[in-house]
Amino acid sequence: MSRVFRTASGGHIDRRRPLHFRFDDREYTGFAGDTLASALLANGVHLFGRSFKYHRPRGLLGAGPEEPNALVAVCRDSARVTPNVRATQVELYDGLEAYSQNRWPSLALDFGAVSGLLAPFIPAGFYYKTFMWPRDAWRRLYEPKIRAAAGLGRAPEQADPDTYANRFAHCDVLVVGAGPTGLAAAAAASACGARVILCDEQPALGGSLLSESTTHSDAMINGEPADRWLASTVRMLAAHPRVRVLTRTTGFGYFPHNLLGLNQRLSDHLARPDHNQPRERQWQVRAKEVVLATGALERPLVFPGNDRPGILLAGAARTYLNRYGALAGSRVVVVTACDAAYQAALDLHRAGASIKAIVDVRVGSSDGELPEAARRAGLSIETQCTVLGTSGRLRVRAVRIQKLDASGEPAGPARRIRCDLLLMSGGLTPSVHLFSQSRGKLSWDERLGAFLPAQAAERVRSAGACRGVFSLDSAVQDGAHAGLAAAQSAGLSVAASLPELPPPESSASGVLGALAQPPGARAGKAFVDWQNDVTSRDLTLAAREGFRSIEHVKRYTTTGMATDQGKTSNINALAIVARELDKPMPQVGLTTFRMPYTPVSFGSFAGFARGELFDPVRTTPMHDWAARNGAVFEDVGLWKRARYFPRPGEGMHAAVARECLAVRQHCGIFDGSTLGKIEVVGKDAATFMNRMYVNAWTNLAVGRCRYGILLRDDGFIYDDGVVARKADDRFHVTTTTGGAAGVLALMEDYRQTEWSDLNVWLTSTTEQWAVIAVQGPSARRVLEPLVEDIDISAAAMPHMSVARGRICGVPMLLMRVSFTGELGFEVNVPADFGLAVWQAIHTAGQEHGITPYGTETMHVLRAEKGYIIVGQDADGTVTPDDAGLWWAIGRSKPDFVGKRALQRPAFASPYRKQLVGLATRDPQCVLEEGAQIVPARQRTAVREVPIGHVTSSYHSAILGRSIALALLVSGRSRLGETLYVSMPDGDIPVQVVSPVFYDAQGSRLNG
Amino acid sequence: MLLIECPYCGVRPELEFVYGGQAHIARPANPAACSDEQWADFLYWRENNKGVHAERWRHTHGCARFFNALRDTTTDHFIATYRVGERPPAAALEGASGSRS
Repeated sequence: MSRVFRTASGGHIDRRRPLHFRFDDREYTGFAGDTLASALLANGVHLFGRSFKYHRPRGLLGAGPEEPNALVAVCRDSARVTPNVRATQVELYDGLEAYSQNRWPSLALDFGAVSGLLAPFIPAGFYYKTFMWPRDAWRRLYEPKIRAAAGLGRAPEQADPDTYANRFAHCDVLVVGAGPTGLAAAAAASACGARVILCDEQPALGGSLLSESTTHSDAMINGEPADRWLASTVRMLAAHPRVRVLTRTTGFGYFPHNLLGLNQRLSDHLARPDHNQPRERQWQVRAKEVVLATGALERPLVFPGNDRPGILLAGAARTYLNRYGALAGSRVVVVTACDAAYQAALDLHRAGASIKAIVDVRVGSSDGELPEAARRAGLSIETQCTVLGTSGRLRVRAVRIQKLDASGEPAGPARRIRCDLLLMSGGLTPSVHLFSQSRGKLSWDERLGAFLPAQAAERVRSAGACRGVFSLDSAVQDGAHAGLAAAQSAGLSVAASLPELPPPESSASGVLGALAQPPGARAGKAFVDWQNDVTSRDLTLAAREGFRSIEHVKRYTTTGMATDQGKTSNINALAIVARELDKPMPQVGLTTFRMPYTPVSFGSFAGFARGELFDPVRTTPMHDWAARNGAVFEDVGLWKRARYFPRPGEGMHAAVARECLAVRQHCGIFDGSTLGKIEVVGKDAATFMNRMYVNAWTNLAVGRCRYGILLRDDGFIYDDGVVARKADDRFHVTTTTGGAAGVLALMEDYRQTEWSDLNVWLTSTTEQWAVIAVQGPSARRVLEPLVEDIDISAAAMPHMSVARGRICGVPMLLMRVSFTGELGFEVNVPADFGLAVWQAIHTAGQEHGITPYGTETMHVLRAEKGYIIVGQDADGTVTPDDAGLWWAIGRSKPDFVGKRALQRPAFASPYRKQLVGLATRDPQCVLEEGAQIVPARQRTAVREVPIGHVTSSYHSAILGRSIALALLVSGRSRLGETLYVSMPDGDIPVQVVSPVFYDAQGSRLNG
Repeated sequence: MLLIECPYCGVRPELEFVYGGQAHIARPANPAACSDEQWADFLYWRENNKGVHAERWRHTHGCARFFNALRDTTTDHFIATYRVGERPPAAALEGASGSRS
């Protein structure tokens, strides 16, 4: 039975290599060279899927990337499932398994089809008008049900196991498209010595030439048969040392400065791909010149019932026959608005199909070559007809046509023609996607009825059908011209003068928009966008409802928004809207073209940047020690920081409590290496610091440290950190971990572009110093035996001082600073010595109960002292006064970054949020960070306006209760008040207190 | 990915740079003398040209210097790049308007 649908010979398939495959769990046979679509067609299969909204039975419309209906899922194994693949682009391999989508329980009997009955209630935009009440029902009921009912394929649930490669390439001329035009361009450019890259989405080169009959074609190029020209050109290019040919490679995106993205598919066509090889490779090609030879796509006709299985584009049916030897039907009607479709009728007729009629919608019989040949072959031709409708459920059964006179009135009786294949052709639409992506301007050609590339914005040329040059000889000439011109512009010397450009197309034809219907005709669904189920009535409805811009119409009706991106629908939709608005098409305009031209796997964009390679990981010199000692790490930017060091059996809460107590009672050791460090050096270093930070630096003595605050010129805190003055002209500035790069960038901005007269330069030393914090009453006792050259006694080294010396024999910058409120030091050694010094201090500290602690404990201890963390308690909207840090500002300085902004009246408002502490009435209740503060308990009908939020919140082991910091409106004038914090379980009563919870006098700093 | 010509290093890919906002905005020499409106203008008001835009770039992963550029925001073509403290080349500004040949 299936032999009836496959020709005995001819085509580009290999009948000696049969392939077995499964579609919807049924076994079929095809041949090497088939696509899934052609193989199924050759098995007599016409039902490929169910449409998105109405669940209408659908079959193939096209034969290439423009296919909107036949979306299938291809499954290799449980992890390699790709949904929404166009069956026309699936290369058949032995053992292929594919499934149709969007249907249940089966393709033939789909319960979803009932939504077709609801069609009158679900026109375009219905979801903006319905499902509005009750409001709650949207989230609980409507949305889940709509999501389940709509949609195409099922997304895979496992991680993509394949690898994807990427490559950068440069060339003189990149040619996109290897049909006759592109091949001619590549040949011409390479003949001049240009380095050429030629790519094509198909597995074989030749483009439209592959749709010529292999036995009866009379196509000629440059005086020789086209197939011979093709073979010799392909051979020449493959052997050429300066030409790279990429097949199965789609040019999907055009980016500024002539960078193009190409996606190369490496293994999807193989029966047993090597999983150690990449599945796809993404090329980023920077070309001096680009030639676009992207061809044109055939336009469908818009008439009622134009979507049944068995209704195809004429060119597609010809491709299936001539390239794949697949006969799409035996009783054929061809409806056309141009001469080219007559070739499809002739080819099918020669293959044994019965051409019942060629229905030409144009006025008067065309006297072109092809209609003449059709007449000579005895094919029946009707002119000036429209299509009233079709019938057939799972396959087209008949079409009804009627002649119309010049005014659109019936000029004859309606005629019903039985058929099992209905071909349609509305003309050709040049593929201008990549040209438009390159920001080239299009212009409307009234004669051709097409948008053509006009003004280029990059170094790019279009040639052949994609710029409206359709006839074969002209297209080849056009391609050669473009190739030579591109090579010339790329700087190569071109021996001959450029050939003339081909003359413009002689015969214009084609139709745009919906076919005219006689008045009073029964309205049926005339589809414009097959994939999103958009009909011509949806488009006229949008225009009637007031939508004027094509961008609005597109989004309201969803036309052109499916995965086919409107390849077969955009122009017809535009024509229908333009007619409804009574405006010329160019005035209504085209929607924006965006990449990718066809879908590209996410993996192809990710390349190798996945898993462990997604982001670089920064670790400190002590990282491995921490890991070996059980640290649990957290991410701070790209850094890994030890968060806590649990002992066996400890969870985070217990570990942090133990660490906190150990620091306050004995001694803790902490890795502070990730904090930013910037060396500010030069004669004008102090002047520079004075202008950047709020503090008065000129009175900071050498050997002393100060807590510095950095604002932006809008007055908000940007970063903070201890700054040490190592010499008159040398400051050691520290920053937060996350702010390091930003602080240096901000400093460089002012240094280079505002104060370039200052003698100062900046060096990042973040990675050069390992920083070991030793904090607690025993800190000095731990360090004293190890430190050389420095007297670290209380008298000799007061709090906030800095000294150079050695520790364990290596150079050290020692700072007496504390972020914990206990006696503390920060040991800075060159990073390579960090680990050894850490271990030495840790060993020396054993007899003093030294305990490693992590960032969580660090956060708790500083919060007990009311020290802010920029990024947590300050979020870019907090001024120094808000945070209680007005004392840090050098009042007598004439200017510093942020000073002018602080003088805004708004910053003096008593209603600003100010830093306070919160103490919960239940001391064991720990507030959530981010929770909102309200003045009174919430009542159901009344929502209280939040007056602040919790910024930091912890359980304090030393106090045995919870503590929290918050930003609260008029916070400092509310001390003692009772307020409420909104939490999931209710409103928690809190008292406003000082943000310093522990050792308010600060006496513990002295040990 | 844009190709940007650093005046110090030559043509390099966009990855090596960080955008630096509109160019030629001088921080007022005497901030104390500015009104609130003037200071807000300095902080927040920026041109939004459809066409030639003078802007700063910093070659962060190269020489780390700031420089200025004239870029056509409709095509992303760079008309000129020039050093901090220089004015945009007059010829470049003139040739900036009009279509690309």
